[in-house]
Amino acid sequence: MNAITRRLLLQSAGGCALGAVLPRIAFADAATDSRFVLVILRGALDGLAAVPPYGDGNYARQRGELGITAPERKLDGMFGLHPALEHSHARYKAGELLVLHAAATPYRERSHFDGQDLLEAGTGAVSSRDGWLNRALPALPHTQERTTEQLAMALAQNVPLVLRGDARVNSWAPSRMPEADSDTLQRIADLYSEDDYFASRLQAALAADEVAGSGMDGMAGGRRDPGREVGAVASAAGKFLAAADGPRIAVIETGGWDTHANQGAEQGQLANRVRGLDQGLENLRTALGPAWRDTAVLVVTEFGRTVAVNGTRGTDHGTATCAFLAGGAVAGGRVIADWPGLSVGALHQGRDLRSTLDLRSVMKGVLAEHLGIAESVLEERVFPESRYARVLDGLVKART
Amino acid sequence: MSHAAVTAANRFGLGARPGELKALAGDPKAWLAAQIEGSRPAPPEIKNLATSAEAFEAYDMGREARSDARRKPPSEAEAAKRIAGNIRQKLAPLYLDQVAARYRVAMKTEEPFRERLVHFWSNHFAVSADKPQVIALAGTLENEAIRPNLGRRFTDLLLAVESHPAMILYLDNQGSIGPNSKLASRAAGRARRAGRKLDINENLAREILELHTLGVNGGYTQGDVTTFAQALTGWSVGGGPDRLQEGTPGKFEFREVIHEPGAKTVLGKRYAEDGIRQPRAILEDLARHPATARHVATKLVRHFVADDPPADAVERVAKTFRDSEGDLPTVHRALISLPQVWDSPPPKFKTPHEFVVSTFRMFDHVPEEPRQVAAPFELLGQRPYTPGSPAGWPDTADRWDGPDALLKRIEWTTAVGERVGNRMPPLTLGAQALGESFTQRTRLAVARAASGAQGITLLLASPEFQRR
Repeated sequence: MNAITRRLLLQSAGGCALGAVLPRIAFADAATDSRFVLVILRGALDGLAAVPPYGDGNYARQRGELGITAPERKLDGMFGLHPALEHSHARYKAGELLVLHAAATPYRERSHFDGQDLLEAGTGAVSSRDGWLNRALPALPHTQERTTEQLAMALAQNVPLVLRGDARVNSWAPSRMPEADSDTLQRIADLYSEDDYFASRLQAALAADEVAGSGMDGMAGGRRDPGREVGAVASAAGKFLAAADGPRIAVIETGGWDTHANQGAEQGQLANRVRGLDQGLENLRTALGPAWRDTAVLVVTEFGRTVAVNGTRGTDHGTATCAFLAGGAVAGGRVIADWPGLSVGALHQGRDLRSTLDLRSVMKGVLAEHLGIAESVLEERVFPESRYARVLDGLVKART
Repeated sequence: MSHAAVTAANRFGLGARPGELKALAGDPKAWLAAQIEGSRPAPPEIKNLATSAEAFEAYDMGREARSDARRKPPSEAEAAKRIAGNIRQKLAPLYLDQVAARYRVAMKTEEPFRERLVHFWSNHFAVSADKPQVIALAGTLENEAIRPNLGRRFTDLLLAVESHPAMILYLDNQGSIGPNSKLASRAAGRARRAGRKLDINENLAREILELHTLGVNGGYTQGDVTTFAQALTGWSVGGGPDRLQEGTPGKFEFREVIHEPGAKTVLGKRYAEDGIRQPRAILEDLARHPATARHVATKLVRHFVADDPPADAVERVAKTFRDSEGDLPTVHRALISLPQVWDSPPPKFKTPHEFVVSTFRMFDHVPEEPRQVAAPFELLGQRPYTPGSPAGWPDTADRWDGPDALLKRIEWTTAVGERVGNRMPPLTLGAQALGESFTQRTRLAVARAASGAQGITLLLASPEFQRR
């Protein structure tokens, strides 16, 4: 079905459908131009490889063959960036990348699945059925003009926990099938009209599909290449967010960070993943165009990896790791780290980088300063029981 | 045709084939119960597949050819590399044959409850063909470790799975080396000079505790993980690289030479040094542990009753597990006798795997070409044997029912409808597959469809076909 027939269908399906999904509104308020992208790296990114603390006297000895001890991309006298983070380094130099280190959620066990749940739930214990970003949506200043479903989008076939919850959101992923014709879709919409569960999902999917248009033709082939996959999805996200009436919040996820064996250092498995991430962030920036100025991208993972190398030239599940905040709106060009050190005595349980920064402080800082959510809402609803994780100030540039 | 027949065929089974609902209508519970006892000979499709040892050798040959190519001088390296080819491409036919066999069996089996249990346990003990070593091994774990043990105890199943080469290689235990083992002591100097450390990898130990037995809140500590990992050193696969070549390639091999010596204390119990009997004793105790009973019961009830497993049902199944010492037919029978499963409306949203399998069964047809068999699963986000993590595929609707996922299903059903065209009457197909649950609304929509193809699309896209 081409774009025109689909648009007609949307207009005809119950009258309100298209109008409610894509209102044409001119934005005046600067706060409602702010874009936020959350990138979740599933599997536990090794922060000691992505942002090597080469200036720590214990790093080379502890890390052995996996250490990146003389990084070409230095940030300061203590930290460098992984050599594969080429574009990110340029952003850092342009003052648009903030690097955070020794950061972690409150989770102190080592299960990926619980770790990710906690990262996304934003609570102190695993239990939550909804995610922090979903709980934040109703408090966005943007909601004065648009619904949460118009504002938030998961770039995935299925919505990740961080965006699941009471507020409705949209999702989109590239398609590889011939599309159903408008008559069939209309009949399916009728068939679903008494089943809200199916009806609401169909309506949201059709609306998203139209915005994406045909720009994803380059997706065919190489799908198993993680770099290309996240690269293409990031381009699509940028395209959605750039539109004046597009979403303002997007979530991207990428897997394959669980490097238990043959992790590699400057080159190798992890280096390839890191390069894919770097390219994805660059694609996002390019696709956003002038809207990059209003954007903050937070890159997080569920926990870090052991400081020491394991018996199979990889690393096992650990605790603290690094995080990134990128974007034209970010007060970057610096590293935020209260570095706990890598001497054996300084490590968490004698094996992991200790956490000195609660990731929720960063999330709260971004939501407060960049998206204009009141701190009282953050404390009560978005991140309950997180008062010890103080809001981190100064993450974004002052608005001009 | 009763509601119970539909529940038996669609929730416990894999979706009704033509004639199935009628055949089992007399006594649905007896039909289910008869499927779970004892053992079965492997279906012929599965007997013809490559074994795990053969799959291992295929991977190994590809790997060796590539590393030979890397050692060649630059002038010859490119040509050698081309000949060695891409390992994924070389292993793809083995993988695809396994996938095709799996779904051919799923389509035509007359014991679909038993087959669903094969899939359930295969997902509980998930390995992922995303990892190169596991591409051609993933299906062999299901066929060699799970199928033969469904009529036995959980302990037998656990031991078979954990000692299967697919699991050992997937969770990196083949090269996990005790730092005080004979080999480590001998090679300590050389390893130090090479800047390398001979030590354990705790991946397998952790996932056994967290995912396969006790569950994440099962009461173990990091110390238990580490000690269990030490006990598991030497739990390996024959024909490894370098110093780990001993043993039959691709077969389980206990390597005394890298086993960490000494007694180990796991979950407060001391296990004396006893070679392979030490890790085996720990596994046997884990299989009997009450936390394991609860963890397994929770997952079974989530699969058969509801995404939010009701506590009383979980307790009932867990108690059966404990009382029967993990006798799998007894535990599986307990699921049939849960009152909840017989009187609720279909509470489960089908996963893509279930959706496609039930479609195959409704048509009594699977594509000839293995690549065509795998394609719909991949399209809908569940490429066979690639859950991407040792936790397996999620078993709750919220992980599968995003708006885009629904649109993909509709697009696929459109393609199916186009392929079938007017050759099969959709109303008859719907009545055979859905019985009592075929709603008036859907019947009407199907009856009024513009074409047979569109009728099939509407039938497959209907809410009742997407639930079980």
